[in-house]
Amino acid sequence: MSQIQQLLRTPLVENHKRAGGKLVEFAGWEMPVEYSGIKSEHLAVRSQVGVFDLSHMGEIEIQGPEAVRCVDSLVTNDVHRLERGQCLYTCMCRPNGRILDDLLVYRFPDTEAGEPYFWLVVNASNREKDYAWIVERAAEFEVTVRDLSLETALIAVQGPRSQEVLQAFTDLDLEILSYYHLQRGHLRGREVVISRTGYTGEDGFEIYLPWDQAPEVWELLLGEGGCQPIGLGARDTLRLEAGYSLYGHEIDEECDPIDSSLGWVVRFNGPDFVGREYLQAKKESGPQTAIAGLVMQSRAIPRQGYVVEDETGEVGVVTSGTYSPSLGRGVALARLRIGSHRPGTELKVRVRQKLEPAVVQRPPFVRGSIRR
Amino acid sequence: MIDPQLKYTPEHEWVRLLEGGVAEVGITDFAQEQLGEIVFVDQLEEGKEVKKGDFLCTLESIKTVSDMYAPVSGRIIAINPAVCDGDPQFAPELINKAPYTEGWIARLVMSEPSQVDDLLDDSAYQKLIEAE
Repeated sequence: MSQIQQLLRTPLVENHKRAGGKLVEFAGWEMPVEYSGIKSEHLAVRSQVGVFDLSHMGEIEIQGPEAVRCVDSLVTNDVHRLERGQCLYTCMCRPNGRILDDLLVYRFPDTEAGEPYFWLVVNASNREKDYAWIVERAAEFEVTVRDLSLETALIAVQGPRSQEVLQAFTDLDLEILSYYHLQRGHLRGREVVISRTGYTGEDGFEIYLPWDQAPEVWELLLGEGGCQPIGLGARDTLRLEAGYSLYGHEIDEECDPIDSSLGWVVRFNGPDFVGREYLQAKKESGPQTAIAGLVMQSRAIPRQGYVVEDETGEVGVVTSGTYSPSLGRGVALARLRIGSHRPGTELKVRVRQKLEPAVVQRPPFVRGSIRR
Repeated sequence: MIDPQLKYTPEHEWVRLLEGGVAEVGITDFAQEQLGEIVFVDQLEEGKEVKKGDFLCTLESIKTVSDMYAPVSGRIIAINPAVCDGDPQFAPELINKAPYTEGWIARLVMSEPSQVDDLLDDSAYQKLIEAE
């Protein structure tokens, strides 16, 4: 029990306990893994609406006259092409092309001083590492960097009914808030940032708000909004059905974006960025592996670390696997050798000495209500 | 929830004594709560001889994989159709919903019935899970 006392706690821990949440350690935080059960929570998000406490995620603020150049130099995707009010998924790499983190870049309207203003929303497990890296790299630019993580709460509302539910509480017209865009507005009088983003494959929103305001907003969404609280367990099955990579599973500091089917977030036509030289050469020589989807053809459930084989032997490894509550069978993301990654390829997953049949399928495994 | 009629192991298995030296076995309410929704039971073989403490089967929940061990020695003479893949009655969620009744996992003809005396009674098991 002494260990749990050292964990970081979001402003919603007491709310999770009241809602019957089972709390576990995750990335140094005490987080709810499930409330009513992974399956019912998962299906609630697919068919209705659910809310997630993501206050453990990191938010790093970068502003100043050279903020566009600074952020562009840090990440692999094109930041200078972002509109004010737009979000961007990207990787942040080391000079050797290895992935430090995957993240969202939020470009806000300019500050009152007319300077560009960004948030980098990063994985909780990488927050301190990312912040140190960003501060070091940002020294070359006329910018200020601040870690807002422990003052900024994050609540996600996800599911086909998310717009209907959230609209009742906000002055923003959510109908005109496009996918991967953000707006500042009010939620029952409180200042918030809302983006149409998420990690479930469903339509949905992410609400950033001051730490101390989170409990009231959470209770509003659960009570008046009728949303079901969703834990990290269902968050993982939802993102896996949607085919999204998760840091520490599909990607980490051992691999680069080109070898991880993330070449689409690496843009070579824009300004220079950390890792560019390596990644350019890598792109020209071609990827050696890909992150591909696998659907099991038996009842076996693939798990992280299981070996994937064909007649010739090992062709890859499962990076994330689970029972898909929507499909009622095992699905996985796997790092496969190029050539074995094409949709329709019949492979085997080694599950406890037995070879279980699986077919490569391009994710998403389940097509949700997401509005592109 | 603990059933006073049953015997328990520290590994969170239960044993119900049936007629003819047969032991019905399953996992406790505490165990199913820890595992979460069980979706598949693997490697359970009818007719197999097992020793107390040997691997009995693999329980797969949505979030994790866990091995179950034989609480007593014996030969597996029946498997709950609810945990048999392909059976029309397949419903492994019964292990969560009714761990001490419809969610039983296997029946064994005991080869060493005296092993039952070493199992925990309900109050001893209750103390054990309170300490966890």
